[in-house]
Amino acid sequence: MDRRPRLSLGPVLYYWPREQLLAFYEQVAASPVDIVYLGESVCSKRTLMRTDDWFDLAARLQAAGKEVVISTLALLEAESELKRLKRICDNGEYLVEANDMGAVQLMRDKTFVAGHSVNIYNDRTLALLARQGLKRWVFPLELSHQTLADMQAARPPGVETELFAYGRLPLAYSARCFTARAHNLPKDDCQYRCLDYPDGLTLSAQDDTRFLALNGIQTQSAHTCNLLGELDRIRELGVEVVRISPQSHHMERIIETFHKCLDGEMAPAAGHASLEPLMPVGSCNGYWHGEAGMMSQSQAAIEG
Amino acid sequence: MELVCPAGNLPSLKAAVDNGADAVYFGFRDDTNARHFAGLNFGPAKIAKGIRYARQRGVKVFLALNTYPQPAGWSRWQNAVDQAADLRVDAMIAADIGVLDYAAERYPELNLHLSVQGSATNYEALKFYQDNFAVRRAVLPRVLSLSQVQQLVEHSPVQVEVFGFGSLCIMVEGRCILSSYATGRSPNTFGACSPASHVEWRETALGLETHLGGILIERCGTGEKAGYPTLCKGSFNVGGNTYHALEEPTSLNTLELLPSLHAAGVAAIKIEGRQRSPVYVAQVTRVWRAALDACQRDPDNYRPRHEWMAELSKVSEGTQTTLGAYSRPWQ
Repeated sequence: MDRRPRLSLGPVLYYWPREQLLAFYEQVAASPVDIVYLGESVCSKRTLMRTDDWFDLAARLQAAGKEVVISTLALLEAESELKRLKRICDNGEYLVEANDMGAVQLMRDKTFVAGHSVNIYNDRTLALLARQGLKRWVFPLELSHQTLADMQAARPPGVETELFAYGRLPLAYSARCFTARAHNLPKDDCQYRCLDYPDGLTLSAQDDTRFLALNGIQTQSAHTCNLLGELDRIRELGVEVVRISPQSHHMERIIETFHKCLDGEMAPAAGHASLEPLMPVGSCNGYWHGEAGMMSQSQAAIEG
Repeated sequence: MELVCPAGNLPSLKAAVDNGADAVYFGFRDDTNARHFAGLNFGPAKIAKGIRYARQRGVKVFLALNTYPQPAGWSRWQNAVDQAADLRVDAMIAADIGVLDYAAERYPELNLHLSVQGSATNYEALKFYQDNFAVRRAVLPRVLSLSQVQQLVEHSPVQVEVFGFGSLCIMVEGRCILSSYATGRSPNTFGACSPASHVEWRETALGLETHLGGILIERCGTGEKAGYPTLCKGSFNVGGNTYHALEEPTSLNTLELLPSLHAAGVAAIKIEGRQRSPVYVAQVTRVWRAALDACQRDPDNYRPRHEWMAELSKVSEGTQTTLGAYSRPWQ
């Protein structure tokens, strides 16, 4: 019954220099991830990689045996952004991850993945999208394993479930750029400051508690969500795909650790603990337990 | 342009109706709407009264049913849709695809509006809701610039409603989970942002502190006024500087943009504030009615009057107002 979940790598949510990005994906090509999501999903001003460059990279990774999915912008405002989106949706070769209802509309009657910024909070929503071509969906970040169990029990046949299992959590999107704001720059003249923050710019409360991470127009958690320790429950729930969201360092080790746990070569609790020192700030898993997202399991147990 | 005003309770509903609203919007007394606050919203008896009061005076009633049900709570939302249909509201404002699907299938005669919580910022998204649920109108998130609104209205298959005044979300509504990250409760899941149940006020040697879910949101020196700790409006530390890293505690005020919104073909202006007092609703509705009438009469010579702006400043959060995303500098 418990099939081994496949391992996916989410889109890089940060703005990395082109050489760094390409070197990263060379590493990924040789790594044991099964599925790779590629493309810019945060800010349309980040153009070191053009749409064609992403397609070239997709071909390279597909040749290396990876299933490639092209990811799309979560916040679509300008006509130019819709134009680029249409090109991706019409590519005819690679699966597309829709991160906005605009993309869902353009993918109608084609096969697509719905990312975590498409709100699928109940089975009626899932069923409707499945009728329109949804092949896989990413479970919303703020929902608990109990809700996942309810969704799994009612999901339509043929639809796969993917879980965001590792990474700083994308919590919000704005028209305003907070990284530019931190530098007193207008968004129109941001000078691509995101390039200086390969894991986002950490924001702290005035008592120095590290709280959030600014990533351009996206706000993330400062803490890294880590659900590797929950792998037994994840398997039990029949989740098909487990997602790692990239960070700038230690990715080989993170992927390797997930892979070993999925293969049963390492105990999930041990794997979970070994990831702890690799994170920019620390870990959290509150959402999974139905608590505030920033909590980590031990805290949740205390207050539970 | 239609003026759509908030009704958090019966006195506010009456204040909106008496001061010139074309429509009022309200919610049931539970987590099926995005202003799920203690003491707010309508039980069955008050709803009937409120609807009667509005209808007798030619004012439309919209029901907000704009949160996201999970499987375990689904029946509560389904019952709420059934009730909305029973009440024959002029429109039901919803965000969740499952809720819209149920309403469209079960009550094809029920007029549907896409809530701001539906996060539709482009016309392809609007087409989705129109194709699938015959939605007639959509409320836009407060993140678009004026030219983007103009562009969107031009291509939109449905009527467009925009926020004109009130508390300002700087994040795309329906996709912001900052609140549940700190408290476990978000607008999507619980119908409230930065819920009062998780707020703490602490008097310390460094000043009065406000906390949300244990996170320090604001610290005020003596003489400073401590506001409600809405998460995105706190003072935080980034790169050694302490400032409003996301947004200042200001209110949206688009009074000066009325002629442009009118020319763009915007169908309705929404006033935020179901959690505010009847006095707020009366004042804001009165000013906006006068402004809309003036703009309608003579859009070319329309200017926001000084006394209108003064009146609105008095009731604004942080007593400052901003054009928000409508103005370029914000972009």
